[in-house]
Amino acid sequence: MTALPTPAPARARAARRRSRRATLVAWGFAAPFVVLFLVFMAGPIVASLGMSFTDLTTRDLQTPFNVNLVGLDNYLRLFEDPRFVRSLLNTGIFVLVGVPVTMALALAVALALNTGIAKFRTVFRVGYYAPVVTSIVAIAIVWRFILQPDGLLNAFLGWFGIEGPNWLQSTSWALPSLIMMAVWRNIGTLMVIFLAGLQGVPKEHHEAAMVDGANAWQRFGSITLPALRPTLLFAAVITGIGFLQFFEEPFVMTRGGPLDSTLSTAMYTYQQFGFGNYSYASAASYVLFLAIVALSLIQFRFLGRKD
Amino acid sequence: MTQLTDPPAAAGAAAEASVVPPVGAAAPRTSERPPRRRRGPRRWWLYLVLAAGLVAMVMPFVWMILGSFKTNAEIRQHPTNFWPIDPTLDNYAQLFGRLDFANYFANSLIVAFFVTAGNIVFSSMVGYALAKLEFRGKRLLFGLVLATLMVPGVVTFVPLFVLTANLGLVNSYPGLILPFLITPLGVFLMRQFMLSLPDELIEAARIDGASEWRIFLRVIMPLCGPAVATLTILTFLASWNNFLWPLVVATSEDKYTLPVALALYSVGQNAAQYGLMMAGAVVVVVPVLAVFVVLQRYFVQGIALTGIK
Repeated sequence: MTALPTPAPARARAARRRSRRATLVAWGFAAPFVVLFLVFMAGPIVASLGMSFTDLTTRDLQTPFNVNLVGLDNYLRLFEDPRFVRSLLNTGIFVLVGVPVTMALALAVALALNTGIAKFRTVFRVGYYAPVVTSIVAIAIVWRFILQPDGLLNAFLGWFGIEGPNWLQSTSWALPSLIMMAVWRNIGTLMVIFLAGLQGVPKEHHEAAMVDGANAWQRFGSITLPALRPTLLFAAVITGIGFLQFFEEPFVMTRGGPLDSTLSTAMYTYQQFGFGNYSYASAASYVLFLAIVALSLIQFRFLGRKD
Repeated sequence: MTQLTDPPAAAGAAAEASVVPPVGAAAPRTSERPPRRRRGPRRWWLYLVLAAGLVAMVMPFVWMILGSFKTNAEIRQHPTNFWPIDPTLDNYAQLFGRLDFANYFANSLIVAFFVTAGNIVFSSMVGYALAKLEFRGKRLLFGLVLATLMVPGVVTFVPLFVLTANLGLVNSYPGLILPFLITPLGVFLMRQFMLSLPDELIEAARIDGASEWRIFLRVIMPLCGPAVATLTILTFLASWNNFLWPLVVATSEDKYTLPVALALYSVGQNAAQYGLMMAGAVVVVVPVLAVFVVLQRYFVQGIALTGIK
C-alpha cells in the first residue's frame, strides 16, 4: 500500500495491538468452553479434593457454615473400614486379571484378522466390536440372566457334562463372572487399536526373518511384539483406567455382593454418597482418582520418552 | 466407563505423539487385498476359532432379543429352550404401557441431542483457536484439556451434585445436560483434525479481509465433516449409555434416562420379570447396534482419531 517504511516503534506498537486483538478473538472462541469447563469440570475436581478434608454431609447443604475442616480424618477412616479395603482389593483384582486377559484375547483376534484370513474380515470386526457400543447396564442385565444357575451358560456347560456354579451368588465366582463380562465387552476396543498398531509393523522384517528360517512364534516374539510395545502399553493404560472405575456391573448384577465380594471402589463411593456422607465419598473417589493419575503418568512418561 | 469425561481417554498424548493410523479409513482398503503368503491349509482352523469367538460375542445379543419375546414362564423353564415357543409382544406392551419407557426413551434422546449439539459447537470453536490461532494462554488452555482428558465421572460427581443442588437443578434437564455440554476429549479431537487442515486456506481468506469468525464458519467448518461425524457418534453414544450422573441427578421417574430406568427396575420389584427386562435391554441396545452396523466405519474411525472408544 505504502512504499514508505513505517518507523520501528510504531510498527512494534501496531504488532502488539494486533497480537492483543488476536488474543481477544481467540479467547472469544474459547469462552463458552472455558466457562463450562471451570464450572463443571475444573471446579468439581478441586472441590472434590477440598471436600475430602471436611465433614460435609447432606445435612450441611442448607447450612454451609456448619462444615468443619477435619484434615485427613476421612482418609484415615477409609483405610480403617474393611469394606473400603475390600473394595480396593476387588478393584485391584478386576484390573490385574481383567486387563491382561482382555489384551491377550484382543491381540489374538487382531493377529488372526491381520495375517491369517482374507474373507469375512468386516463381519468379524463388526461382531467383535459390537459389545463396545452397547450400554453396560443393558448388557449386565442380559448377562445376569445368562449367568443364572439354570441360565444359558450353565446349559451350554451341561452339554459337556460340566455342572456350572451359581455364578453370581458364589463368593468365589461372582468377581470372575464380572471380569468375564468386562473382557467380553472390551475386546473390541483393543482389537481395533491392535489392528492399527499391526499396520505399523514393518513387513520387510517379517520377510527377512522368514528367509532366515524363523518360525511364526519366533517372528511374533522378536518382531511383532517389540514393534507393538507402545501400542500394548497404551492399551494397558486405557483399559486399566476404564476397569478401575467399574460400577455398572456390580450395581446391576450383584449389588456388590455376595458378602462384598464384588464391591468396587466406585460402587463404595456411590453408596457413601447415597448415605449422605459427601465428604467421605469424595475422599474415597480421590483415592480412586490417584490410582488413575498414577496409571496416566506412566503413559505420559513413556510417550514422552518415545519422542 | 460410559461417562463422557471418563472414557479411558489416555489417548491424549498417544494420538498426538504417534498418530495412530486411521484404521477406519486405511484398514478396510488394505484388508481386502489377499495376503501374499499363508494360503495354506492352516487357515481353516483360524476361521473356525474366529467364528466360535464370534458366536460367543454375539450370543448375548441373540439371547436378549429372543428372550424379549418369551413369556416369563418360558424363560424360567428347565431345560432352557432357545427359540420362543410362543412368541409374544407382551413384554414390549408392558414396557411402554405399565412402565413409562416411551418417556425414558424421550429423555435419553433429549439429553443426548443437547449434549451432542453442545459438544459439536463448543469443541469446534476451541478447537479452531487451539489449532489455528496464536494467543496468550494457548499452551495453558491446551494443557488443561490434556490433563483432564481422563478424569472419571466418579471423581467429580459428589461436588457436581452439591453444585447442581445449589443451583436448584436436581431432577431437571439442565441438570442432566449442563455438565456434559463440553468434554476435553471433544476439544482434543477437533483440534487434532483442524491441525491437519492447510494454513494457506486461512491466510488466503484473511488477505481477502474475512474475519476470524467468518473464516471459522465458512472455510474451516465445511472441511470438518469427518471430525464432526466422529464427534457426533462418540458423544451421542457416551450420552446414551451414560449411567452414573443421570442415576445421581434424576431423582424422580419422570427424568429417568433409559439406563437409569432399566437399572433401577432390574434391581427393584421387576427383577424377576426376565422377559420384561430383556425387552428393556433391547430398547436400549438395539437402536445403537443398528446404527453401528450401518455406520461402523465411522465408529472405528473415532478410535483411530482419539485412541478411545
